[in-house]
Amino acid sequence: MAYTKRLDGRKQKEFRQITAKAGVIKNADGSAYFKIGNTVAYAAVYGPRELHPKFMQDPSTGILRCNYNMMPFAGMGNRVRPGQNRRAKEISMVTQKALLPVVDLKEFPNAVIDVFVELPQTDAGSRCAGICAASIALADAGIPMKDLVSAVSVGTVDGTIVVDLDYGEEAYDGSVADIPIAYIPSTEEISLLQMDGEITKETLLEALEIGKIAWHEIIEIQKNALKEKYKVSGEENE
Amino acid sequence: MGNLLVEERTVVVPGEKIAEGLDYLPANGAYRKDDFILAGRLGLLIMDGRAVKIIPLSGRYMPKRNDVIIGKVIDVTISGWRFEINCAYSAMLSMKDATSDFIARGADLTQFFNLDDMVVVKIVNVTSQKLVDLTTKGPGLRKLYGGRIVLVNCNKVPRIIGKQGSMVSLIKNATGCKIIVGQNGAIWIDGEPKNEVIAIEAIRKIEQESHISGLTDRVTEYLESKCGKIQMPAQEEQPQEEQ
Amino acid sequence: MNKKNPVREHILKSLQLGMRPDGRALEQYRNVEVTYGVSKTAEGSALVKIGDTEVIAGAKLSVEVPFPDTPDEGIIMVNAELLPLSSPRFEAGPPGIEAVELARVVDRGLRESKALDLKKLCIKKGEKVWAVSVDICTINDAGNLFDAAGLAAIAALQDAVFPSYDGTEVDYDTKTTEKLPLSKTPIPITVLKIGDYFIVDALQEEMASVDSRLTVTTTADGTICSLQKGGDVAITLADIDKMITLSLVQAKMLRKKL
Repeated sequence: MAYTKRLDGRKQKEFRQITAKAGVIKNADGSAYFKIGNTVAYAAVYGPRELHPKFMQDPSTGILRCNYNMMPFAGMGNRVRPGQNRRAKEISMVTQKALLPVVDLKEFPNAVIDVFVELPQTDAGSRCAGICAASIALADAGIPMKDLVSAVSVGTVDGTIVVDLDYGEEAYDGSVADIPIAYIPSTEEISLLQMDGEITKETLLEALEIGKIAWHEIIEIQKNALKEKYKVSGEENE
Repeated sequence: MGNLLVEERTVVVPGEKIAEGLDYLPANGAYRKDDFILAGRLGLLIMDGRAVKIIPLSGRYMPKRNDVIIGKVIDVTISGWRFEINCAYSAMLSMKDATSDFIARGADLTQFFNLDDMVVVKIVNVTSQKLVDLTTKGPGLRKLYGGRIVLVNCNKVPRIIGKQGSMVSLIKNATGCKIIVGQNGAIWIDGEPKNEVIAIEAIRKIEQESHISGLTDRVTEYLESKCGKIQMPAQEEQPQEEQ
Repeated sequence: MNKKNPVREHILKSLQLGMRPDGRALEQYRNVEVTYGVSKTAEGSALVKIGDTEVIAGAKLSVEVPFPDTPDEGIIMVNAELLPLSSPRFEAGPPGIEAVELARVVDRGLRESKALDLKKLCIKKGEKVWAVSVDICTINDAGNLFDAAGLAAIAALQDAVFPSYDGTEVDYDTKTTEKLPLSKTPIPITVLKIGDYFIVDALQEEMASVDSRLTVTTTADGTICSLQKGGDVAITLADIDKMITLSLVQAKMLRKKL
């Protein structure tokens, strides 16, 4: 039976409601809060700062280091023992790869830009929410970036292409393809692409086209979060 | 044959289209992509003729030659001192740049500067690898005694100093505190503890509200509410301290 | 730490005049705010703000085999993480001694006060009991994490409701309206001694200049249920008397925020 009505009543191409704020963690050089549906991500950026251990230093450029973590009470079921499990390690890595193409760290030799993503509550789409939050945080920290990075999943549920799968859809008893994607709007390039499930090439390409509209809309929300924080920053001519 | 898409003096975000056409040139923090000039960082858009500049509003301090900054001694070596200067890179002050006095080989350098000392220093050189060399030979460059250090967003330092030092003078006169503003965002304040707190609150106000017009009036109003009417001296000298 | 360093000297000079680095009086707390239910996936949660310090606590419930020596009692466990996102001084990795101490201090306060009636958490003696895990995560460290964490933990427990349990499996998606058997509100207050002065709600820079500190956890009737002394310097009986008295006053104030 085709999946025509989404579990939470959303339209096929509709992503969940987003709340985005910049500058929420005072100690950090840049930070953001990104909520999409019931998935909430904090991101904090510290850097450029000194990089230890020394052998990791790169004299030609700064290094981007990402750390993704779900708080023990953030999962939909049982408590998850704290500590970086394999899933978190992988997500940390793909987050870094998603953000790297837009940042320019040449002016920070031997230094590190640390990005920390923490989630107190999740309902699928956590790595995408983390990337959205991290993008805002990096810009907030004044890191040279050619663009922000937007991210949200596309996929299919029983043959219907949908945008922003929630937990219920990911776990749907039927044929599901869950494809988290990070997207660079100015170049229309994709910097994160993963998939769980089964899909044909044609459907995938169709889903990506549909996703484009969502990513462009989400990037505007991210941009507004930054503009909201910095408002009308005019230097006075006194 | 060119079109500015964003008003000058607005905040732009990375990837935002600023100008169209070949008339404009990307300068600090902006870049060209095909027919457009885009923002390459978060900042304030300023036009300098045809050059598109993005003035940073955030971001950690990057050491620059000739900057007068405040650093903290974190290591005393055989030939000099290592300083923490509120950024990703530490800085070195060698013996020869510290004093014209003769220092015997093997002398105890802690008699000049010791661990945790705060010193006003000037950057003489920054290499491509961000190795930073300092000097304390020069007017106003010296060890600081007493007082406290607050750290601010280094991008707000020009606003905190004000045109020809007017803003920092306002705070100094109102609170009676000595104040030295380092380009690296480290500010030294020395006075009566309660006046120091007022000075710091005024500085934080500038840091947070620099984008809203009427800042000088608001700061004056705040200071007068805490300290009474402010007496501004007729002619303000420009000591080295205020740079 | 160099005892003669300029930061400590300045702090002492101000304390002599009755003032803290942010203008507060010695026995003055910053603004305290408690927000309940900040994490929908936790069975109970709370966000506590003390000034700029922000801490989240989340409580999770599960059904476990009881410990052999307490077959008719539920289990309570407290864990804390000083997240690197909350301060430049924290690194990613397993909890260091600071996080461990914080977790154990909060744990003792909850456990020793018997705030949670563990017997009421028994489902089937010797076989099944409810286990309550409290996880504390720092969001921004602007000093006084102990008090913020302790307050967040008890608030999270107050917020918690049991998930549905059919005898075999817990259904986390269906929440009941049944609250935890909580009868007390233990609250830790950390008092610092710097030189001859006692302060509460310390900023990070004051913590760095500390001589000794005492965290006193008390319940509403003034009973002390946990003590923890920290810092390198030893304290006198008079110091202890003073610090406990101070903490009782502050705990009363903090309890009102719940």
